[in-house]
Amino acid sequence: MKCTRCKAPAEVQLRQHNTNFCRACFLFYFKRQVERAIDKERMVAPGEAVLVAVSGGKDSLALWDVLHDLGYQTSGLHLSLGIGTYSDVSTDKTVAFAAARGLPLITVRLAEDGLAVNDVAGLTRRPACSACGTMKRHYFDQLAVDRGFPVVATGHNLDDEAARLLGNVLHWQMPYLARQRPVLEPTHARFVRKVKPLFRISEYEAAVYAFMRGIDYVVDECPNAVGATQLVYKDMLNRLEAVSPGSKLTFLQDFLARAQPALASAPEAPPSTCAGCGQPAFGELCGFCRLVRETETKRERRAASGR
Amino acid sequence: MRITILPQRKHVEVAGRRRAADVLRELGFLPGTAMVIRGDELVPESGMLEADDEIEVRSVISGGAPCAADGTA
Repeated sequence: MKCTRCKAPAEVQLRQHNTNFCRACFLFYFKRQVERAIDKERMVAPGEAVLVAVSGGKDSLALWDVLHDLGYQTSGLHLSLGIGTYSDVSTDKTVAFAAARGLPLITVRLAEDGLAVNDVAGLTRRPACSACGTMKRHYFDQLAVDRGFPVVATGHNLDDEAARLLGNVLHWQMPYLARQRPVLEPTHARFVRKVKPLFRISEYEAAVYAFMRGIDYVVDECPNAVGATQLVYKDMLNRLEAVSPGSKLTFLQDFLARAQPALASAPEAPPSTCAGCGQPAFGELCGFCRLVRETETKRERRAASGR
Repeated sequence: MRITILPQRKHVEVAGRRRAADVLRELGFLPGTAMVIRGDELVPESGMLEADDEIEVRSVISGGAPCAADGTA
C-alpha cells in the first residue's frame, strides 16, 4: 500500500478520506488539518496566548504538541483529579511532557482543595464523571481569567463531538445543541473563549499522531469511565463507520453547517454572577460552589457521626 | 505471533501469517478503533503480520465524562 501523497510505503490508512499516508505525509496532513480548523473557525487571534487543558491522554498532549509546533504561545493546565493511581500516572506523564519540551505547565491538585473527584463523588453520591466535569469547567475558566489567557483549547476530537451530538439528538437537548460548536465565545466577564482545534480529527488520527511523535501518553482508561454512556455512543458510531466510512465526519460537519446556526440564533439568557466565587452562574450559586457546599456539608456530617 | 492488547495488558497468541485487519476483527476491534504496532512502526489494516512478529494492539477509544462543552479530553 502506497502513500497517496508521495507514493512511499504507507503506514496509515484513513478510510473516511479514502487516503493512505506514510509517516512524514501523515504528520504534514495532521498539522494542516489543525491549522485549517483554527484559521477557518477563527479560534485564536494573532498574538493570543493559549491555555491548553491537558489530561495526560493522547488527544490533549497531541493538541499541545501540534499547537507548539505551529508556533502558538501555549501553556498547559493540568488538573490532578484525585482518581487514585490513574491520576498519579496522568500527572507524571503530563509533567514529563512539558519538561521535555520546556513548556510552562500549571498543575492543580484537587485533593489539596479537598476536592479529589472520587471523594466528592463518594460524599455527594453524584456520578463521578458529572462531578469531574463541573470541577474542570470551573478551574479552566477561573485559572484562564486569573492568569490572563483569552482562550482555552481542549483536545475534544471528532469521535467525542460526534458522540456528544448523538447523545444530544437522542434526547433532543436543544440548549446543548445550540452550544455545540468548535468555538464558544465568552458570555460573561469571567468566561474565556473555548476552542476545540481537533474537532475534525478522529480519535484514531490523534492516537497515530501521538504515537508517531513519540508522545508518552496515558494508555489506560479512566476507571470511572467504565460503562459510560459516551462509550456506548462511540461504539454505535464506529459500527456505522465500519460499513459507511466518513459517517461520523458527515454527521458532525452537516450538523455544524446546516442545523447548528439555526439553533444558535435563538436568544440565550446570559449567566449571572455566582455569589460564592464570582464565576458565571445560572442561579445564586454556580454548579461548582453548590458541589463544594454539598461536599463540605456531607463531610462535616460524616465527621460528626464518627463514620 | 504474540500480541499484547492495551490498555487491558492481555496477551494472546495467533498462529500463522495474517492480515492486520483480520487479526483486529478476530480480537473484536472495529476498523479505526485500535493501532497495530510492530516495534516502532504502525501496520496499516491491509498490512501483513508475520507468524514470528511481536505485535501491540492499542485501543484508541477513550471517554467517560459526558462530553462537556469545555472539559478536557
